[in-house]
Amino acid sequence: MSPSSARADFDVIASWMRPGERVLDLGCGDGSLLKRLIGERGVQGYGIELEDAGVLAAIAGGINVIQGDLEQGLTGFDDATFDHVVLSRTLQTVRHTERLLAEMLRVGREAVISFPNFAYWKNRMAVMNGRMPVSEDLPYEWFDTPNLRFFTLLDFEALCAKMELSIRERQVLDEAGRPVDEEANFLGSLAVYRLGRRLVG
Amino acid sequence: MSIGIVSAERAHFSQPLILRSGAVLPAFDLVYETYGTLNAAKSNAILVCHALSGHHHVAGRYAGQADSLGWWDNIVGPGRPLDTGRFFVVGVNNLGGCHGSTGPASINPQTGKPWGADFPVVTVEDWVVAQARLADYLGIDAWAAVVGGSLGGMQALQWSLSFPERVRHSLVIAAAPKLSAENIAFNEIARQAILTDPEFHGGHYYEHGVRPLRGLRLARMLGHITYLSDDQMAEKFGRRQRVGAGSYSFDVEFEIESYLRYQGDKFAGIFDANTYLRMTRALDYFDPALEYDGNLAAALAPARAGFLIIAFATDWRFSPARSREMVHALVHNGQAVAYAESNCAHGHDSFLMDDAYYHAVVTAYLRRIKL
Repeated sequence: MSPSSARADFDVIASWMRPGERVLDLGCGDGSLLKRLIGERGVQGYGIELEDAGVLAAIAGGINVIQGDLEQGLTGFDDATFDHVVLSRTLQTVRHTERLLAEMLRVGREAVISFPNFAYWKNRMAVMNGRMPVSEDLPYEWFDTPNLRFFTLLDFEALCAKMELSIRERQVLDEAGRPVDEEANFLGSLAVYRLGRRLVG
Repeated sequence: MSIGIVSAERAHFSQPLILRSGAVLPAFDLVYETYGTLNAAKSNAILVCHALSGHHHVAGRYAGQADSLGWWDNIVGPGRPLDTGRFFVVGVNNLGGCHGSTGPASINPQTGKPWGADFPVVTVEDWVVAQARLADYLGIDAWAAVVGGSLGGMQALQWSLSFPERVRHSLVIAAAPKLSAENIAFNEIARQAILTDPEFHGGHYYEHGVRPLRGLRLARMLGHITYLSDDQMAEKFGRRQRVGAGSYSFDVEFEIESYLRYQGDKFAGIFDANTYLRMTRALDYFDPALEYDGNLAAALAPARAGFLIIAFATDWRFSPARSREMVHALVHNGQAVAYAESNCAHGHDSFLMDDAYYHAVVTAYLRRIKL
C-alpha cells in the first residue's frame, strides 16, 4: 500500500471524531491511526492489537494498547464505554463477523468501519480475466492474504440491514483515495461507514 | 550488562508505624540497595518491589561472592530494561522479611527476644507505607515508576492507590487484583505445612534453637509447582527417571521429585518460616476493591499513574485473565494503560526470565518516561 492511499480512510475517520471523545481502535497495529486521532482530533484513545510487533511499536509510541484477539470478542469491556469503536481495514480478516459487529456496538455508541470493496471495477476486471484481484486496497496474493471474507458495499449493507444496524454515514474512496459519489459499488475501492444501533420503537 | 559490585544499606525509622491490623511497630529498619544515580531533579527513581521470596538484592553481585547475583539482575543494569544509565533503581526488603529488614527474627525491643509469632501480620498496604518512608529518607517525592512482578506487582498497583501523587508509572507484571479461592487454598496448604511442623513451636522456634525446615520445605515444593507451567515441566523433566529407579520404593525415582526436593531444601536453608507465613497472608488479604463492594474500577479510580500491565500466557497462578481485570477497570475509568501478553513458556516464573518480547515491552515503555 502506498502511504497516501493507506491513510485515505484515516482522513475520513479523523473527520468524524470530536475532541474529548473516547475511541477504541480494533487491530490498531503500531497505533498510527490512534496517534493521529489523539494529536489532530484530541480524542482519548485505546487500541487492541494481537501481534507482538504492533503492540511493541504502539507502546514505544505512547499509545494505550491492549494486546488481545478480536476473535475472542470484546469480553471484559463494559457496555457503552466508547463514543467510537474503529475497525480500519480489518473486518475482512475477521472470522466471527457478526459477533464482532455486535460487540463493537455493545462497547461503543458508534462503529466506524473501513474495508476494501471486492466489487471495485478493477477487482471485477481481474476476476473476469481469470485472476484474483491484487490492488492498492487488496494488496495480497490469494495464497498469502490475511483476508478471510471477500464482500462488497452491497453485501455489507445487506448484513447491516439483517443485523438492524443503522448506517449513519458512508464515504467511498477510489484507489487514489479520492471520494466517489456515484456508482460507489463499482467505482469505490475502499469504503468507510459509521454505524449505530437502530433505535427501538 | 550487569551493574557489577553492589552493597546493601540500612535505614532506620524511629517513628512508629501503625499497621492495617491495628498493631504498631515502634520503630523499624529497612535494608535496601540502589543502582545508578539519582538525578538533580530526583525525577529518575524507580522502585522495584519484591515477591514472596525476594529481597532488596535485585541486581549485581556482592564483592567476593561470585554466586550472589541479584534475583532480577537480567532486567536491571546499564542498557537493560530498567536502565541504570538513565534511572536510579531502588530495591528494598519488605517489612516482615528475613533478609535484614525488621521481621519476625528481629529482636522485639519490649522483650529483648526475637519477635517470632508476635511479629504482626503485615499487608501490601503496610509495605507501601513503609516503602514511602524509605522514599522520604532518600529524598524522592515521586517515583518515575514502581515496578514489580507477582506480589511485587500488587505493591506497584497499591502504590498508585495509596500515594497517587508519588507514582508516575506503575508496572504490574504477572499479578492479580486479588487472589482467587484456588490461590488462597495453595497458600493455606503451605501455611499448614509450616504450622504443623513439630519444630514450629507456635512461631517461637528461634528460642528453641530449631527451625521448622520440613514445613518450609513442603511449602516451597508446593509453591514451586504453581510457579511453573505444565508444558515446561513436561519438557524439562517429563517422566524421566533417575539411575537405579524402579525399586518399588518411595525414594526419589523421577527427576521431578529430585528437582522439587532440591528446591525445597535450598529454600528452607535460607528462608524464614515466619516470614513465609506473613508473605502468603499479605497475598491473601490483598484486595483493593473490597472497600468498593468489589468494584475494581472504583478502587483504581484514584490512581494518577500510567500503567503497564504484563501477563504471561503460560501463567496459571495469575493468568492473563487476572491482569485483564485490571486493564478493563482502568479502561473503564479512562486511565492510561498498556497491556502486553507474552508467550514465555515458564509459567508464573516467566516474569523473572529474560524473555525477549517481555523485556522489549518494558524497555519501550520506560523509554517513554520523561525525566
